[in-house]
Amino acid sequence: MIGLLLAVTRRDLLMARRRRMEALLPLGFFVVAAGLFPIGVGPESQTLRQIAPGVLWVCALLAAMLSVTQMFASDHHDGSLEQMVLAPQPLVVVVAGKVLAHWLTSGIPLVLTAPLIGVLFDMRAQSIVTLTLTLLLGTPILSLLGAVGAALTLGLRSGAALMFLLVLPLTVPALIFGTGAVGAVDAGLSAQAHMSLLGALLILTLLGAPLAAAAALRISLD
Amino acid sequence: MNLRPNTFAAPSRFYAMAGTLTPWFWAAALLFGLTGLYVGFAIAPTDFQQGDAYRIIFIHVPAAWMSMLIYLVLAFWAAWGWMLNARMASMYARALAPTGALFTFIALWTGALWGKPTWGTWWVWDARLTSEFILLLMYLGYIALTEAIDDPRRAANAGALLALVGVVNIPIIYFSVRWWNTLHQGATISMTAAPKMVSTMLTAMLLMTFCFWSYSFAVVFTRARAIVLEQESDNEWVKGLER
Repeated sequence: MIGLLLAVTRRDLLMARRRRMEALLPLGFFVVAAGLFPIGVGPESQTLRQIAPGVLWVCALLAAMLSVTQMFASDHHDGSLEQMVLAPQPLVVVVAGKVLAHWLTSGIPLVLTAPLIGVLFDMRAQSIVTLTLTLLLGTPILSLLGAVGAALTLGLRSGAALMFLLVLPLTVPALIFGTGAVGAVDAGLSAQAHMSLLGALLILTLLGAPLAAAAALRISLD
Repeated sequence: MNLRPNTFAAPSRFYAMAGTLTPWFWAAALLFGLTGLYVGFAIAPTDFQQGDAYRIIFIHVPAAWMSMLIYLVLAFWAAWGWMLNARMASMYARALAPTGALFTFIALWTGALWGKPTWGTWWVWDARLTSEFILLLMYLGYIALTEAIDDPRRAANAGALLALVGVVNIPIIYFSVRWWNTLHQGATISMTAAPKMVSTMLTAMLLMTFCFWSYSFAVVFTRARAIVLEQESDNEWVKGLER
């Protein structure tokens, strides 16, 4: 089981490494989108500090959705996805491996870049640490939910646009707790409650989403 | 005819049954609607705090109830169709979605109309409003997904999975949003406590609820019949209808 998971992850990571630009595009989107806000809203550091957690989280959501559409697309194109579905190995583990690879290639870079963007938004050090931690807990949720959406919209003409409509409403709780934690720290409170809820959310999606995504793949390839 | 629980699972029988019942549901909707509006707008007393603006709840509250109920019914039939491979259940789930979205929209719209004189603003990002708004997005997502897939079976099953994921998420979304921000008043009617409103108001609200139920049945049956004709157009009995 673990071996299969790691094999799938290693394969997807290898493919991402061979198409480096493609793997880094979501990160570029994240930086550009977050960078546009100060220009649009105005450079007052008070305002920027206030909107920073929300802006960073929303940009991370959009960047994750943008990249997750590709999770099954190329395998679907060359037919290897069908082989994975037919294989005797459990599909749930394959899906989990793909989600892990997606998180490592697109979630982790977002988490690592977020502190830099936080500095651009003039956030305080403590808020930046909290924000980075919430993104560390939150980005796997986005990859997991995104996998369900990507599996449902597999091979559809308007799949990418549809993904946003299907998955983004489901990510609202993660957004609320993620930005709430930073808000609590800014108000001088402990972020522990928000962090715990975000962790609970992660555990719940970790249990449910791979199953749902595997079922969705079977429906889509039926 | 021998009636069994699955008698109307056959699209042809459902088609006939829905055709017979639809006019009755329209009549019931009209009857309940007219009496409900009469009781609500002519008989029910003016509220001493909110004046006459409160009367919009006779439409707002039943619409909000229907919006949530229809999503649950939709998810139930979609899941039923997926698990048991029952075509009719899947078709019925698809027929429910636009009506549910309509009621969600009406609930939001009338809520805005009520909010302006009462709260002084059209819209606030309050827990209930936000979760109702997300419910609307989920209806739209369901409709968009089922319409985007050409193969009816894949469309029905993918929609069922999405609806089920949505049902699991609705309580999480609701409670997270409630934590986030709350302004909306608590529920005035509950099953356990005595209602805190004049009985004529309650009567009007219940009459409007029955009206919306009848309307939903009428519209959903009509839409389901159209879907049946579309998806079963190769079958003998549909071709027989044309003659």
